[in-house]
Amino acid sequence: MSLKIIVLAKQVIDPEMPRSAFQVDRENRRVMTPPTLPPVVNGFDENAVEAALRIKDSQAAEITVISMGQSFALDVMKKPLSMGADSLVLLQDDAFVNTVDSFGVARALTAAVRKLGSFDLIIAGRQASDWDNAQAPLAVAEMLNLPSVTIGRKVEVGDGRVTVERQMPEGTEIVEAPMPALVTVSNELGQPRYPTLRGIMAATRKQPTVWSLEDLGLDAGELAPQVETVDLYVPVTETDCEFIIGEDDADAGRLLALKLREAKLV
Amino acid sequence: MTDSAGVLVLAETEGGVLSPTAAELLTAGRSLAEGLGLPISLGVAGSDAGTATQEAASLGVQQVYAAEDGILSDDKPELLLEAWAQICRQTNPDVVLIARTMAGRDLAPRLAVRLGVGLAQDCLEVRVDADSGRMVAHRPVYGGNAMAAVVCNGTPQMACVRPKAYEPMEADESQQAEVVPVSLSLDESMAKVKLVERVAEESEGVRLESAKIVVAGGRGLGSSEPFKDLEVIAGLLGAGIGASRAAVDAGWVPPSWQIGLTGKTITPDLYITVAISGASQHMAGCSGSKVIVAVNKDAEANIFKEARYGVVGDWEKALPSFTETLRELLG
Ligand SMILES: Cc1cc2nc3c(=O)[nH]c(=O)nc-3n(C[C@H](O)[C@H](O)[C@H](O)COP(=O)(O)OP(=O)(O)OC[C@H]3O[C@@H](n4cnc5c(N)ncnc54)[C@H](O)[C@@H]3O)c2cc1C
Ligand SMILES: Nc1ncnc2c1ncn2[C@@H]1O[C@H](COP(=O)(O)O)[C@@H](O)[C@H]1O
Repeated sequence: MSLKIIVLAKQVIDPEMPRSAFQVDRENRRVMTPPTLPPVVNGFDENAVEAALRIKDSQAAEITVISMGQSFALDVMKKPLSMGADSLVLLQDDAFVNTVDSFGVARALTAAVRKLGSFDLIIAGRQASDWDNAQAPLAVAEMLNLPSVTIGRKVEVGDGRVTVERQMPEGTEIVEAPMPALVTVSNELGQPRYPTLRGIMAATRKQPTVWSLEDLGLDAGELAPQVETVDLYVPVTETDCEFIIGEDDADAGRLLALKLREAKLV
Repeated sequence: MTDSAGVLVLAETEGGVLSPTAAELLTAGRSLAEGLGLPISLGVAGSDAGTATQEAASLGVQQVYAAEDGILSDDKPELLLEAWAQICRQTNPDVVLIARTMAGRDLAPRLAVRLGVGLAQDCLEVRVDADSGRMVAHRPVYGGNAMAAVVCNGTPQMACVRPKAYEPMEADESQQAEVVPVSLSLDESMAKVKLVERVAEESEGVRLESAKIVVAGGRGLGSSEPFKDLEVIAGLLGAGIGASRAAVDAGWVPPSWQIGLTGKTITPDLYITVAISGASQHMAGCSGSKVIVAVNKDAEANIFKEARYGVVGDWEKALPSFTETLRELLG
């Protein structure tokens, strides 16, 4: 029997955009995305797709990617399909405008997981690089009463159990949980595979399933935010940097050491 | 128990001793409690509350809710989660504070959902808004590029507070607190996740989190080799050594060296960066450094916006003379 894996993937603004391009509309408490900057699949979610594909490399598995949002850049969100995922479900509705209140997000994701039917494993990213919440997957696990394991760097399944090697601050930890279970993964899992030409062709032909709020059997009231943003601002951090200038780089290095000594820092 | 616990700090313990983050949470909790006109209390759950209850009393709480159950243990987070939920249900807190440790960051969101409320995640500051009488939590978002102020709509209002964001409360042994036992109803079947093995990385040298001086390298170093030069500098200065995520992802150094949003948070007096551009996600873990020094060949690199001293130049040329001069100065 083929293993059913669900991957949760979010569309986010490119977190590696130049800092100068990052601007906040304080009045409306939102980030203004430069129109020239395309969104990306959250980096850790690409790791999640990779984790699912590695499982599929060694056994029969079917990978469904779910993403929730108000609108999507379809070519961006098809990347998991071109990497090798089987299908894409977009939860798309004007009611899904708030994707930073994790509890509303989790409610929608949970409803979609239920609607898909049975599954063995949900894999998500450790955090979305917009609000860095690191909580939507845990909220989903709680709503579905699933065991959860976070920050995985290796995910293996067998005998109805999932074994996860977790990245810890001073080493690793190996834990296991009975499936169905939810696991989040981190970049230590390793580079996500590049889409192959065949994968890209296959993804072009595939169309996502699109579910609205109503399709999920939810009403807007159930998504009312639990946590509300009352302000969003860019902190002022600039310090005056004293540039150490020498005759050449080597001299500057020497002068830097002297400067640190003079400032009693070393 | 129908009285409200007011501001409740849920404390982690290590072998019956309060985790150091508890005293930090109490500093945050104390100011909230004063602002809200509520009592402050601490909840602790473990197989043996040990000395944790006395420690908590000395930290100035009015009540200590002590939940002891022999089946609680460090490697069964799901039992601790349910214990915390039961403490909350029995004590009706208005505000719940949890530290964003490795354990806390996973427990807090599930606890919030279990209690049917939201959670302000990764907070650097929690205050009371005088007009609404609600807690306002300030937290970095977008990798540290922005700060958000958030309010929780339900009760209890919950916040997960970043370690080191607050100074720890000073202990005063003369203070007393009422210790209220909380009875738990837990069973083994709630613990589905099993710990198989812990593999500690061998680490020599100074611990990054407590180092007074830290030296770190980034992608611009080009390979693992130059990190040896950084280790020489770290040796001379008695410094800890770290790296950017780019250097970790390249496989040059182990993940435990990573400084930043998804790595370690450091607060040294002096932080020397070499060939690190200063992306917001990196700065998120080091902006608490007193003095940042940057060596980078790109004068426009963001790191110079936060550095106190900078050398615009090639590390290959600047580092050897820097190291030599340090060696001479430090004898
Ligand atoms: C959700 C998320 C979480 C993240 N978490 C972290 C984190 O915890 N920690 C972290 O560090 N990053 C993190 N990142 C990544 C971060 O966005 C940057 O990509 C990363 O910090 C860049 O590392 P770097 O500065 O070494 O590399 P680069 O940005 O490539 O910078 C290299 C620098 O080296 C300089 N250089 C090159 N050659 C030389 C030379 N010969 N001499 C002198 N200078 C030279 C260049 O001018 C450049 O400024 C995260 C990203 C995301 C999206
Ligand atoms: N809107 C969303 N759609 C799909 N998955 C999401 C969404 N929001 C969060 N996730 C998943 O949950 C992880 C953690 O997100 P967060 O809790 O927002 O930091 C992400 O890496 C995704 O795997």
